[in-house]
Amino acid sequence: MNQPLMMTAAQKAGPRATLAVGGLVLLVLLALPLLSLLPAEHSLHVSAYTLTLVGKILCYAIVALALDLVWGYAGLLSLGHGLFFALGGYAMGMYLMREAAGDGLPAFMTFLSWTELPWYWAGTQHFAWALCLVVLAPGLLALVFGFFAFRSRIKGVYFSIMTQALTFAGMLLFFRNETGFGGNNGFTNFRSILGFGITTPGTRAVLFLLTVLLLVASLYLGWRLAKSKFGRVLTALRDAENRLMFCGYDPRGFKLFVWVLSAVLCGLAGALYVPQVGIINPSEMSPTNSIEAAVWVALGGRGTLIGPLLGAGIVNGMKSWFTVAFPEYWLFFLGALFIIVTLYLPKGVIGLLKKRGEQ
Amino acid sequence: MRVIPTSQFMLEPAFDPNTDAGTSREAIGLGQAAGKGLNTRHGTILTLEDISVSFDGFKALNDLNLYIGVGELRCIIGPNGAGKTTLMDVITGKTRPTQGKAWFGETLDLTSMSEVQIAQAGIGRKFQKPTVFEALTVFENLELAQKTDKSVWASLRATLSGEQHDRIEDILETIRLTGSKTRQAGLLSHGQKQFLEIGMLLVQDPQLLLLDEPVAGMTDAETEFTAELFKTLAGKHSLMVVEHDMGFVGSIADHVTVLHQGSVLAEGSLEHVQADERVIEVYLGR
Repeated sequence: MNQPLMMTAAQKAGPRATLAVGGLVLLVLLALPLLSLLPAEHSLHVSAYTLTLVGKILCYAIVALALDLVWGYAGLLSLGHGLFFALGGYAMGMYLMREAAGDGLPAFMTFLSWTELPWYWAGTQHFAWALCLVVLAPGLLALVFGFFAFRSRIKGVYFSIMTQALTFAGMLLFFRNETGFGGNNGFTNFRSILGFGITTPGTRAVLFLLTVLLLVASLYLGWRLAKSKFGRVLTALRDAENRLMFCGYDPRGFKLFVWVLSAVLCGLAGALYVPQVGIINPSEMSPTNSIEAAVWVALGGRGTLIGPLLGAGIVNGMKSWFTVAFPEYWLFFLGALFIIVTLYLPKGVIGLLKKRGEQ
Repeated sequence: MRVIPTSQFMLEPAFDPNTDAGTSREAIGLGQAAGKGLNTRHGTILTLEDISVSFDGFKALNDLNLYIGVGELRCIIGPNGAGKTTLMDVITGKTRPTQGKAWFGETLDLTSMSEVQIAQAGIGRKFQKPTVFEALTVFENLELAQKTDKSVWASLRATLSGEQHDRIEDILETIRLTGSKTRQAGLLSHGQKQFLEIGMLLVQDPQLLLLDEPVAGMTDAETEFTAELFKTLAGKHSLMVVEHDMGFVGSIADHVTVLHQGSVLAEGSLEHVQADERVIEVYLGR
């Protein structure tokens, strides 16, 4: 059932059980960075690899949640959310590059024998401005794109194709060396963030904790939205936009609000992703990345808040195992997974859990 | 004589925005809330004059003139393709007339307003195919339709007051869906959906209700009940009903308009139009 309120599975399985499981997961996530600070020979030590991997998946989970807000609730399937994620990442990357370069130019610019920074790099040595950019770059792009798309009443598959084209255009733009974002190599070789070494266990642990915090905050925000009348209007918009208009609601404002919010969340996730993973390049904007995000949401369960998180966790968990065990079959497997989910699990894993709960 | 508003007049808000509406809605261009200041001085709530709509040369409406009085219950009948649905589209802003004037009350020019503005100004529409928010419960459907501030910010903060709650309960009673208020609207029967949609119109508290084939797919008992309901609504609201079911039309309407090929063929009481030679010809194809 496409219940508007997200707690579909939760309500059935009993809110207590869900809360208990959720609390347990949160505890583990909070414990992970602390365990990573233990000395390497300790039996409970968590390796930097594991921490980075989980941190990365958490960033993806935020993207999945953001995508679900627009797709699952408002019915706008975006196949371009990777763009917003990458823009947030690039904004943070600019700061990290400046920090690594010190007073000089970032390495790739000297390589291109540029003598001064392009204007849009101004101020990026300040962390605070970089944070503003993390929000502004994806937010403004989403605002402008959304404004025109929703004003022209573009919906359904046309909207999806346009978002796909948007991220593709972004990728091509960022691939160019002249754009000033490091071309196809992107940004890498970061050294420090706010003066702390980027690869030190302490920094990693803090970044990880921030990611957990952002995820919890996004979840809370999504929950509040879904519970409010705004959330119900979004659901109504998805199911019968005409009816809603003749009820006196202007769909444009509602779509634009949730669309921009979703883009900003993606940007923030991207900003936390880059320092943890240590690289950002235009391939993050490739259409397949954005499509994969849609697979996470579909697999987990659209129109619920827990579903996309589960989906992102399951797919990425499998991916990290698969790409090591059978690297050449991963994409086939992903495709098969998507088909199976569409055919047999239209409501995703959450729908399956819910069915179990009812029996 | 009709007073055509001057251009200067049109610059002002055409109706009083709710006093509590605040300025946030204007800031993001979401239009105005419904107001009570509809000017119906001359007793007509809807005035259509010389309306034509053509789609690629095909005239769906052809110099149509129609006046609906305040509190009137008007039935529109006509063979398929007569332009009944196009007429509703013009009134609700979905289709722009190629020429002609459309006034709501004395001052609101429907041809220059968006669908949302028209809905907020007080025209409610029921579609031919019952359209409700299937994923939401019956109660939530009515909650969304209820007349209130419908801007984004208001929706983010909205809570239901006791008064609003009671109003929804009243409507539920009226449309006989009290027992199913927590059911998902998608699970209702066809007839129940029809009633829910009518309820959504009522809770919106429009001055003019447009109903496109409201009793299609209803049982006889439901049809009878709907006729009763509409008769009680007339007077408080103005209604324009498009219907094929002549029995139903006969049971509710005192005034019937026959459309044919995009213009008004005959107007008057049902007996009067049924006796009209041209109407018989159109309907029976003699």
